[in-house]
Amino acid sequence: MAEVGLQVGIILGYVAVALAIGVVAYRLTERSAEDYYLASRTLGTVVLLFTTFATLLSAFTFFAGPNISYGAGPEWILVMGLMDGVIFAVLWYVLGYKQWLVGKANGYVTLGEMLGDRFGSVGLRVLVAAISIFWLFPYVMLQQQGAGTAIEALTGGAVPYWAGAGGLTLFMIAYVALSGMRGVAWTDTLQGAFMLVMVWVAFVWVASAAGGVGSATATLGDVEGNFLALGGGLYTPQYVLSTAVSIAFGITMFPQVNQRFFVAESKAVIKRTLPLWPVLVLLLFVPAFMLGAWAKGLGIQAGPQENVLPLLLAEYTPAWFAALVVAGAMAAMMSSSDSMLLSGSSYFTRDLYRPLVEEATEQREAFLGRVGVAVFATLSFVASLFQPATLLEIGDTAFGGFAQLALPVGVALYWPKTTRWGMYAGVGGSQLFYLASVFLAVVPRSYLGGWSSSVVGIVVGLVVTVGVSLVTSASAAADASVYATGAD
Amino acid sequence: MSERIRLIGWSVAAVVLAALSVPWFLWGTDTVAVGLPVWVWWHVGWLCLTAVAFWVFTRTAWGLGVEGVGGDG
Repeated sequence: MAEVGLQVGIILGYVAVALAIGVVAYRLTERSAEDYYLASRTLGTVVLLFTTFATLLSAFTFFAGPNISYGAGPEWILVMGLMDGVIFAVLWYVLGYKQWLVGKANGYVTLGEMLGDRFGSVGLRVLVAAISIFWLFPYVMLQQQGAGTAIEALTGGAVPYWAGAGGLTLFMIAYVALSGMRGVAWTDTLQGAFMLVMVWVAFVWVASAAGGVGSATATLGDVEGNFLALGGGLYTPQYVLSTAVSIAFGITMFPQVNQRFFVAESKAVIKRTLPLWPVLVLLLFVPAFMLGAWAKGLGIQAGPQENVLPLLLAEYTPAWFAALVVAGAMAAMMSSSDSMLLSGSSYFTRDLYRPLVEEATEQREAFLGRVGVAVFATLSFVASLFQPATLLEIGDTAFGGFAQLALPVGVALYWPKTTRWGMYAGVGGSQLFYLASVFLAVVPRSYLGGWSSSVVGIVVGLVVTVGVSLVTSASAAADASVYATGAD
Repeated sequence: MSERIRLIGWSVAAVVLAALSVPWFLWGTDTVAVGLPVWVWWHVGWLCLTAVAFWVFTRTAWGLGVEGVGGDG
């Protein structure tokens, strides 16, 4: 029980630190929407790097990633490196830097706003925001569900699921409503640094307990020889490439990441972050996923619903350390959810409420944004109590859904001949195709020997956007010059 | 060097960096060196190389293909 007390204490400690940061951030916040959503575009290198990183990959690093390595071998190191270290880094420049330039010049806060302005189309703005919220909402629900389940397991049922998930939801509402982007980014930075230290301490600890890195790997080779060979089982070249490409493109269009394209303080910040991506990916995922794979060789028995890393740490490290990592992982889930809430709310107020219901002042919008956070979090919490199968399915396929947006957006950013109808057709068509592949049995999920429907949809989106743009003409309200970015 | 040639060069470099971050030529190899499978070491080395390449890009070619393009073209 002392262990449970410690874990709960650590979670409460994290909550207290996060709230304190929120209060400090609130005191620095101007009462405008741009400041609330984007911290007035003032984030520096370290904060930008870690907030983007921690927002996306926190829970995966500690739970799902090691679980896959435990079940199928450590090749996810390669998927992650290719996806996040190379492809996302390139997109960080190609889409992210371009969006930063365009956003700064025209004051854009959301993706929908950026596209709607360029094509003179409220409809396109609403469509992009609606698609984003469609995929984001169930994904937030999954985070709440994960946190609720983890707290229930951690306390041996003393804190029931609804109370754990509900308590975290209330905390996040209070905290995000208070602090906005600045506070969220600061806690993410602490979170990211904490994760990095934890994973390396765990790696060294388990390796030395197992007689060294070589010995841990050799044991794995004896128990499950296939795990040391590259490929095999789950891992085919098509799987590795499809997964890496689809998730890398998907990440760029997740609202909480896409919005981070707008927040850098200066060009130098974006420049400095680029070479750091591959390094950070290596530092975090090589040890985390090797730990998951070693657990197989070291005889850790994890059921299909169990997370392997806590079990491994419980076996090889002192209770307080295992508790720290588990609590840290749960805090990490929160740091993902808070960013999603903030971005989801900004899409809702800025791209749906304002154009469709009432034109609000900056101050009123910042207020509406806070209300939006509360509404969004409450709805997804209620959904997480019922866990409808359709929503679970949408949450699980959200990366693929967001990935469909990436190429039409890229085409719009770089090709002046893109038309509004090209965008409607490319964005709508690829979404319909991908949704059909997820929900309709007649549309396959896999093509040409293992390429996922997500990757096929990405190509469909590109072809349709370009094709329809070629045969339609620009509408009078469109203004291609807003994306012109002079060399300076 | 003209802008276009530099753009093509860096684009090819990006594709090569992505394509070889997974050592396809080691597919099926289970050799272990210094405690980890050799394909993990290849990946570590390649991503370090990628970081250096990105750094060189930021120093010598930043803005290429992004600044001064799009819009009114």
